Amino acid sequence: MISWLANPERFSRIFTPIRPYIGVAAALMFVWGLYLCFASPEDYQQGDTVRIMYMHVPAAWMAMAVYLIMGIASFFGLIWRHSLADVAAKAAAPIGAAFTALSLLTGSLWGRPMWGTWWEWDGRMTSVLVLFLFYIGYMALHAAIEDETRAAKSTAILAMIGLVNLPIIKFSVDWWNTLHQGASVIRADGPSIAPDMLWPLLVMALAFKLLFVWLWLVRIDTELMARRYRALRARLSFAEEGN
Amino acid sequence: MLDLDMGKYVVYVWGSYGATALTLIALTVASVAAHRAQKRKLNALQDESRQP
Repeated sequence: MISWLANPERFSRIFTPIRPYIGVAAALMFVWGLYLCFASPEDYQQGDTVRIMYMHVPAAWMAMAVYLIMGIASFFGLIWRHSLADVAAKAAAPIGAAFTALSLLTGSLWGRPMWGTWWEWDGRMTSVLVLFLFYIGYMALHAAIEDETRAAKSTAILAMIGLVNLPIIKFSVDWWNTLHQGASVIRADGPSIAPDMLWPLLVMALAFKLLFVWLWLVRIDTELMARRYRALRARLSFAEEGN
Repeated sequence: MLDLDMGKYVVYVWGSYGATALTLIALTVASVAAHRAQKRKLNALQDESRQP
């Protein structure tokens, strides 16, 4: 299935027509999610700051999910040399970096009134900062290497090294003492969060996911066109030199 | 009923929502603009390549 979809022409043919529907679905989910965010009750301890959770948690989930997607795409690119794999990983990186920056920023804005500090060098916050640096490093490396094949190989190795950081982020709150609270949604014994707050969180998480898929498809298409452009330009230059 | 009064946390809550909106809108605008520009560039080159 993945090999079948890895053909750029086939990929564009399948996903270009459904892309606008994903964009509209994302917009609708954001409207619904934002309504629920402000219709939900304030927390008895955290007051209105609990509403920051509806931005912070989906951004943090997406920061990790997008990196996992990048890592898997890089693995496919490195092992099976699927032509679309590097395009998919490269297109995901700026979106993942933006989600990671948002999770750090909104976390800081939540931490100041609740913990009394904007930042703490603990396991969770430091490992998310490392994730952000992996995204930046990946994009910088891709931009620095002109040869596409070499760039794809080098960045794929970097992306796969960065995968080690994902379980560190997830379990950092269990492994080390931290100001950050433990998991309250994805837990073995089910979510510990009240349904009134869980629903806005899940709707916003779905909105973030749909926005990512839409942006990812747009950026994949952009990168495919850029590669087609470079190939055609090279062919034309070669033909001109021959004449 | 919507609760839009964030009381003493107004800067933190609206700051978070504002930063999120700004980042996601900027990412969307940049992605769509790059897509359109690339499409224009490719179409122009394809037209050029078809000329005898």
